[in-house]
Amino acid sequence: MSFFTFFRRGSALVARERLQILLAHERAASSHPDLLGILREEILAVIGRHVAFEPDKVLIKMDRGKFVSTLAVDIEIPNDHGASAAKSPHGRLTLGLEHADGVPAMNQSVV
Amino acid sequence: MAQVVVVTSGKGGVGKTTSTAALGAALAQDGDKVVVIDFDVGLRNLDLVLGAERRVVFDLINVIHGVAKLPQALIRDKRLENLQLLPTSQTRDKDALTEDGVAKVIEELREKFDWIICDSPAGIERGATMAMRYADSAIIVTNPEVSSVRDADRIVGLLDSKTAKAERGERVDKHLLITRYNPSQAARGEMLSIDDMLEILSIPLLGIVPESREVLRASNVGSPVTLNNALSAPARAYFDAARRLKGKEIPVHVPHEGTGIFNKLFGRKAA
Repeated sequence: MSFFTFFRRGSALVARERLQILLAHERAASSHPDLLGILREEILAVIGRHVAFEPDKVLIKMDRGKFVSTLAVDIEIPNDHGASAAKSPHGRLTLGLEHADGVPAMNQSVV
Repeated sequence: MAQVVVVTSGKGGVGKTTSTAALGAALAQDGDKVVVIDFDVGLRNLDLVLGAERRVVFDLINVIHGVAKLPQALIRDKRLENLQLLPTSQTRDKDALTEDGVAKVIEELREKFDWIICDSPAGIERGATMAMRYADSAIIVTNPEVSSVRDADRIVGLLDSKTAKAERGERVDKHLLITRYNPSQAARGEMLSIDDMLEILSIPLLGIVPESREVLRASNVGSPVTLNNALSAPARAYFDAARRLKGKEIPVHVPHEGTGIFNKLFGRKAA
């Protein structure tokens, strides 16, 4: 590496950084093929065992960030308490899942 | 003891076929018995790069399907008697390759040759996985360019999971062959450096083949570059790579810009 190169690192530096980040992700993904996808299926199966919901009333959002991936599952559950049906026909179960460094952290809320 | 080597990359156009021909010829020039196999079913080109395109009668697919015997499909190089080609079919598709068929052919070739070099098609589908299936070692051909490096990393993952050796709990030896390296672009920091690539991929380096017009010249006339111009920079790089493949310890020479007065004055600006 010459004096010249030292002061004018070209686009190769950008290439190296982009590759390092990308490959770190892809290697993690291939050792856990579609971890978030599997979690999603299993979470829905567990909820389905206890609560009836319509599959098309399920909103699933997955985001893969640089360091953290998030999974949000929003399920609209029909409310069968006849009396309050008119006022509030549905309940909502929201599950959020953040995944960073292989340690899943969960939070949930029931509305 | 025969060595089965797959020349692979993931990405197309990086120089797999050129490198298969050049390394196969270099090993044969050194006295070893070599067979090169084209696994790019439907898009064969190894025959063309070796100048044997008009001598193909039977091919790998014919042998697998029992239409021809292996010796009928092998084509001996006219210049190097130690080098033979097993071409593939131009009309069939990759589904014509069966795991058992490929295994049988490779077992038979192991009896007769020192080196069985499998030229993989691009991609990660059947043709590519069949080419690497029975490999003892792999040469991963990569250009100093982001998409090529990314695909090389995918291929490393496949070598560690989809090969017969990986399934037996063994490891396929991996070697990185960097092709189309442009020293002046690298010096300007416009091209991934050798160190960058080694750090990112963490595979031992087999060689660095500089970008050169000699490579195109050789393929134009259907001759491996190591035969067509043995003194050219790419040919010397391939000869060294072939010796390293045989286990010789040869320091890797990183191609650099010319040191002539012209280069000193204008080299940085020249494209």
